[in-house]
Amino acid sequence: MVNFNRFKLDNGLNVLVHEDHTTAMAVVNILYNVGARDESPEQTGFAHLFEHLMFGGSAHIPDYDSPLQQVGGENNAFTSNDITNYYLTLPANNLETAFWLESDRMLSLAFSEQSLEVQRQVVSEEFKQRYLNQPYGDMWLRLRPLAYKVHPYRWATIGKELKHIEDARIEDVKAFFNKFYTPRNAIMVVAGNVHFDQVRLLTEKWFGNIPTGTPYHRNLPQEPEQVEARREEVEADVPVDSLYIAFHGPGRLSEDYQTVDLMSDILSRGASSRLYRSLIKEKQLFSEVNAYVMGSIDDNLFIVEGKPSANVSLSEAEAALWEALEKLKTEEVEDKELEKVKNKIESTMLFAELSILDKAMNLAYYELLGDAEDYNKEVSKYLSVTKEDIRKIANQLFRKENSSTLIYHAKGGQHAE
Amino acid sequence: MLNRFAAPEFQTIKDLTLVHPESINYTNGLKAFVFQAAELDLIKFEFVFDNVFDDAENPLLNTVLCSMLKEGTNTYTSAELAEHIDFYGAYLMPEYSFDHTALTLYTMHKYVDKVLPLVKDILTNSIIPQKELDTYIRNNKQSLLISLQKNDFVARRLFYQHVFGPTRYGVVPTPEAYDAIGREVLLELYYKQFRPSNCTLFIAGNVGDAVLGLVEDLFSDSWGASSGSVHPHPFQLVLPEGKLILESKAEAIQSAIRMGGLMVNRTHADFPAVQFVNTLLGGFFGSRLMANIREDKGYTYSIGSAVGNLKYGGFFTIASEVGTAVTKATLAEIENEFENLQQRQPSVKEVELVRNYLLGVMLGSLESIFSHVDKFKAVYFSGLDLSYYSYYNKVIQEITPANVQDIAIRYFDYSKLVKIVVGKID
Repeated sequence: MVNFNRFKLDNGLNVLVHEDHTTAMAVVNILYNVGARDESPEQTGFAHLFEHLMFGGSAHIPDYDSPLQQVGGENNAFTSNDITNYYLTLPANNLETAFWLESDRMLSLAFSEQSLEVQRQVVSEEFKQRYLNQPYGDMWLRLRPLAYKVHPYRWATIGKELKHIEDARIEDVKAFFNKFYTPRNAIMVVAGNVHFDQVRLLTEKWFGNIPTGTPYHRNLPQEPEQVEARREEVEADVPVDSLYIAFHGPGRLSEDYQTVDLMSDILSRGASSRLYRSLIKEKQLFSEVNAYVMGSIDDNLFIVEGKPSANVSLSEAEAALWEALEKLKTEEVEDKELEKVKNKIESTMLFAELSILDKAMNLAYYELLGDAEDYNKEVSKYLSVTKEDIRKIANQLFRKENSSTLIYHAKGGQHAE
Repeated sequence: MLNRFAAPEFQTIKDLTLVHPESINYTNGLKAFVFQAAELDLIKFEFVFDNVFDDAENPLLNTVLCSMLKEGTNTYTSAELAEHIDFYGAYLMPEYSFDHTALTLYTMHKYVDKVLPLVKDILTNSIIPQKELDTYIRNNKQSLLISLQKNDFVARRLFYQHVFGPTRYGVVPTPEAYDAIGREVLLELYYKQFRPSNCTLFIAGNVGDAVLGLVEDLFSDSWGASSGSVHPHPFQLVLPEGKLILESKAEAIQSAIRMGGLMVNRTHADFPAVQFVNTLLGGFFGSRLMANIREDKGYTYSIGSAVGNLKYGGFFTIASEVGTAVTKATLAEIENEFENLQQRQPSVKEVELVRNYLLGVMLGSLESIFSHVDKFKAVYFSGLDLSYYSYYNKVIQEITPANVQDIAIRYFDYSKLVKIVVGKID
C-alpha cells in the first residue's frame, strides 16, 4: 500500500506526494506524456534525443547536473515508446534544489547548438552500441516494423535509422519542447522524507508561473487487425540461430492486461515455468527461452522468443513453441499453477515498495494510465484472474494470422535443418 | 520576483545511521548476523561461503557448483525445488563472486517455514544430477559463444586475464573448460565448501523467536558438527606490466576499451581517498572522463571507471565503447586526463562537488534493511567493522585538492595500466 496526496496547479501541473519518513532521501519524478509514438515517421528517435538535450542547460541554469551533484543528488531519465520519465534522488534537506532545476527546464531550455551537436553524436554511439554492434542487436529494428504496419510503435525509441538523429535541427528541438514539455502534459511525484505542505509551497513557488502551453491531443493511427501470418528470416553473423514470435494483444489499459501478463508468467517466469521446464530441461530443445508482454499503452505485443540448442532445427524449435501455446488454448491451467504466479506477483509488489524511487515511478505511471490509486488495486486485479480468462485470452492471441515471426539464421549454419 | 539564476541554499548532508546486527555463534561453527526490521513483510536469508580452491585454481568449478545448487538433492528433483520455491512467491538465488559463493533466499514472512527447510536440504543433500549438469554445460557453452561476439565481453575477459594472471580472479571460462568438468570433482568441492564452519548467515527482516527457532533447528547441530577449518589458500597477485593489447575485429563499428590494473583494497588506509579520486576521474556522470569524452567530444554513449575490492587485493578499471574512427582519439584523451590528474590540483569547487556527491550517494544507498546488510558485509569480509564508515566519512569530508593530487601521483599512473582494445584503432 502506497499512500499519497495530490494537488494541481492552475497551469495544469499534476502533483502527487508520498511521504516516507523512514528514509533521509527524497525523490522527484517527472513523467512527460510523450514518447516515440508521438514522433513523425520522418523524424524517429526524436523523443529520446530530446531527453538527452534536457540535460544540456535551461533558461537560467547553464548546467543541469553539477548543481544537483553539488548538493548530494543524482539523476537519470528514460524514454519509451509511450513516455519520457525524469527522476532524481537527493538528501531530503536539499529538496528545493530539485524544484529549482526541474522547474527551470520545464520553463525553457537553453536550446544550445553545441549541446545538440554533441548529443547527436552521443545518441549515434548509443545506437551503434545497443543496436548495431551486438549479436541480435537489431532485433527490435526488425520485429517492430514486422508486427506494426501503421501504428508508430513500428519504430524503436532509438529511431528507425541513424540518419534521422543526424538530421535533427534546433528548430525541431524548440517545436518539440513547446508541444510536449508543458505543465499540463506532466505528472510530478515527490516522495520520501518530505511533507505535503512543504511540497505544495515549493511547487507553487517554482512551477506556479510556468505558462500552461497549448494542449496536445494525441491522435495516433490505430493498428488494423492483423489478418495473415508474417515472417522475416535473416542470415546474420551470429553464433546461434534465434527465433522471435510477436502476437498482438491487450494493451496496458485493457481489463485483460493482468490476464495476459500472468499468461507470460506461466510460460516463462522462474525455473518452474512451462517453457523452461519443458523446452530447456525436459526436451532440451532450447538453450534459452522467454515469454513476456511489452506493456505498451496502445496495441500491445506478447513476445515468445528462444535460441534452439545446437543440432535442433529451427522448424522443430518453432513447432515446440507453438505446441506450448496451443496447450494454453485447449487445456485449463491447474489451480496450483495459477496460484503460484499470483503469489509471485504479491511478493514482487512488496519488493517494489522497498524503494522510494520505485514507488514514485509507479505512482506517476499509474496516474498517467488513469489514476495513481490503481497502483494499490493492482494486486487484487491479478488475484481475480481466472483459468477461464487465461484460456479465452490464449485463444484470442495465439493464432498464426496474429503472429509475426522473426528468425535469425546463424551464418555458416552450425544447425541441422 | 523569483531569482531563477541563484541555486537554493545548500544544507549539510547528514551522517549515516547504520544498523548494528546481533551476532549468534552456533556450536557447529556457523556464524549468524541478525538485522531487525519488525515492520517488513519480506525476509532475507543469505548464506555466504568462502570459495575453496585446489592448488591449480579453477574458478569455473566454483561457478558451476554454485549454479548446480538448485538442481537436485536426495529429497527433491530440480523441478520440485523450483516448483516449491516459485509456489510460495519466494526467490532462491545462488550467486558466485570472486571470493564467495552465496545462496540467498527472499521470502514473504508468512512462508518462512515452507521454504527455509529447502535451503537446508540444498546445503546438505545436493547430488548434482548428471543430466542437469549436462544441460547446464550445454546451455552455458552456447551463451558463451554468443557473449564472445560482444566486444565489451571479450575486452573484460582479456582484462581479467592480463591483470590477474592464472589465478582464481584471472582464469576465464572456455568451451573446453566446460567440457572438462565432471560431477565427481564438483561433489568433492561441494562437501569441502558447504560446511557450517565455512558459512556466515545474514538474516534481515522481521526476525522473531519463531524464525530464530527454525534457524536453530535447521542449521545448528543438525547441520553437522564443526569439523576442521577450511583452508583459505591465500595468494599474492603479481603486478602486471603496463601495455596496450589490441584484439582486431575487422567488422567492428565500435571498439570496446577496457583498461586498469591492481589497486589497494578496503583494508588499506588510502582506500576511501582512492575511491574519491576514482569518482572524480570516471566514477559518476559528472566525472572528468564523462565530461570530456562524452559531453564534450561525443565519442561515446558512456565511459566510466571503478575501483573493485577483493579479498586478496583491489583493482581499478575503465570501460567504454567508442566509434572505431575515434578509438585512437579516445585513448589519447584518457591519457590526457591521467596526466592532468597527476600534474594539477583540482579546484576547490570540483573537490567540493565530488565530496557532496559521494556523501549523498552514501546516504541514499541506505534504503531498506537489506542495504544495511550489504554495508555490513562489505566491511565484515574485509576484516573491518562498521566504524569503517565513520573513517570513510571523515576522509571524504576532509580531503583537499592537494590530497587528490598526491593520491593521483601514487595510484593513478597511465603508463602502468593494462590497456585492452577490442575492435579497431584506425
